[in-house]
Amino acid sequence: MGDCQPIIPAVDIFLQQIFNGLTLGSIYALVALGYTMVYGIMGLINFAHGEVVMIGALTALATAKALLAAGVPPPLVLLLALLVATLVCMALGAAIERVAYRPLRNAPRLAPLITAIGVSIVLQQVAMLVWGRNYHSVPQLLPAGSYEILGAQITEVQLIIMAVAASTMLGLMQLVNRTRLGRAMRATSESPAIAALMGVDANRIIMLTFVIGSGLGALAGVMVSANYGIAHYHMGFLLGLKAFTAAVLGGIGNLAGAMVGGLLLGIIEALGAGYIGDLTGGVLGSNYQDVFAFFVLIVVLIFRPSGLMGEKVAERA
Amino acid sequence: MNSLLDARGIGKRFGGVQALKDVSLTIRAGEIYGLIGPNGAGKTTFFNVLTGLYAKDEGEVVFAGVPLKLGSPHEVARAGIARTFQNIRLFANMTALENVMVGRHLRTKVGVGGAVMRFSKAREEEAAIRRRAHELLRYVGVEHHAQKLAKNLAYGDQRRLEIARALATEPKLLALDEPAAGMNATETAELRTLIEGIRADGVTVLLIEHDVKLVMGLCDRVAVLDYGIKIAEDVPDVVKRDPQVVDAYLGAGHG
Repeated sequence: MGDCQPIIPAVDIFLQQIFNGLTLGSIYALVALGYTMVYGIMGLINFAHGEVVMIGALTALATAKALLAAGVPPPLVLLLALLVATLVCMALGAAIERVAYRPLRNAPRLAPLITAIGVSIVLQQVAMLVWGRNYHSVPQLLPAGSYEILGAQITEVQLIIMAVAASTMLGLMQLVNRTRLGRAMRATSESPAIAALMGVDANRIIMLTFVIGSGLGALAGVMVSANYGIAHYHMGFLLGLKAFTAAVLGGIGNLAGAMVGGLLLGIIEALGAGYIGDLTGGVLGSNYQDVFAFFVLIVVLIFRPSGLMGEKVAERA
Repeated sequence: MNSLLDARGIGKRFGGVQALKDVSLTIRAGEIYGLIGPNGAGKTTFFNVLTGLYAKDEGEVVFAGVPLKLGSPHEVARAGIARTFQNIRLFANMTALENVMVGRHLRTKVGVGGAVMRFSKAREEEAAIRRRAHELLRYVGVEHHAQKLAKNLAYGDQRRLEIARALATEPKLLALDEPAAGMNATETAELRTLIEGIRADGVTVLLIEHDVKLVMGLCDRVAVLDYGIKIAEDVPDVVKRDPQVVDAYLGAGHG
């Protein structure tokens, strides 16, 4: 009883949680971008997005297994699997938009929202039929090394995830802020009707937004399965909800907000999971990690519903 | 002069209200054509049908010899009709320059694939878009505000910016919905010079306006709408003396 819990956390453990949080946060950010882009352009919360991420992960896994069995060298397997998953998810995103949401473009807001949940269930069930209910272990395709920084371990997988996520997000910002397509997207997001009157084909832009968001989702799906080493048909649900939380935290509709919100949420979760045992005297363990995301969601919705960087929610809602 | 736009028997209802009834009019290439009428006469409704914002109930529009695909705004824009709005509708959170650059969307074409595969070509085109947008900002006189967000521009400048954005789509017909609304005498005079310049550059202008002096001084021909019906169409001097017009629009005192 005399030796109590350490009051000041050790640097190595703290740093370890930050590394874990940044990795997780990078993935959340990529998924959150998919939610926020679609919301920004058409005011719809695409609850099927988490399932797109799941399909991306499982497609990449299936492709990787087939290629490995055919004797293709691992680095090439990874690239090809990512490519196939991205293309499949992009096509899926376009199909969802065309089939499920476009017919409801002018319907009351509740209709597309319920449709989104429906699409989510359909995708989950289809994935269950195709891939079964089992957890699939993901082959190690990335280097397995790790580095030690101030006593904390950072793996090469984590470094690669962060680097790829960061460069992808930079690329997306360039696309949105510096190109003709990005301009059309921003214009459509401000007003689809006015953008159309200026010659922008809003249908095309909305579809491309889904395509891009789904492509980012595929990448995130591959990352998350590489990080945890497993994939299953149900993985999109919780991941999707958390990424949605990240998007709300950052201010839904705001790209930079999704990135900041994702990273923050990842760090909050990791720190929470790391210290919840100490804080509660061992009553609650790190399996309560998921609580933090939804606690954050509730707090944000109560105190700052427009999110950290958002401003458009009120006028859109 | 040959006709640029032929509207035939346009009708539009909102519930039980007949907002437009059998409106036919012809705009000739190169003219400034005024559309006037009391409040609620259907002028803006006609604009909205013409530019594809509202689906029409009856009638058709032939533009530059081709039937116009009404109900599809970006097709209408592609055909060569651009407009401004009575209540300014800029992309408020984009810069003035970007607003005009969006207008170039239609007349440029490097797509997603192109931007990735042919990077240098995309760059070249982007530079051309930017150059043209600057020219248009200069043309309407707001180039010094290029990098400001549209919502931070003064009211009169926002009106000019809307015109620049519309011109960026390279319209054959520029439709201006009450461009002088809220402007003082000096600004209105400048606007008049601007519109005359646009016409001189070969763009036909369709003008909805409340400022009767501006319309009568500027327009080659004028049509008058009243309760959704066209009651007159002629040169200003004739329309001005039309008893029906005087009665409906100008009021007895102006006779």
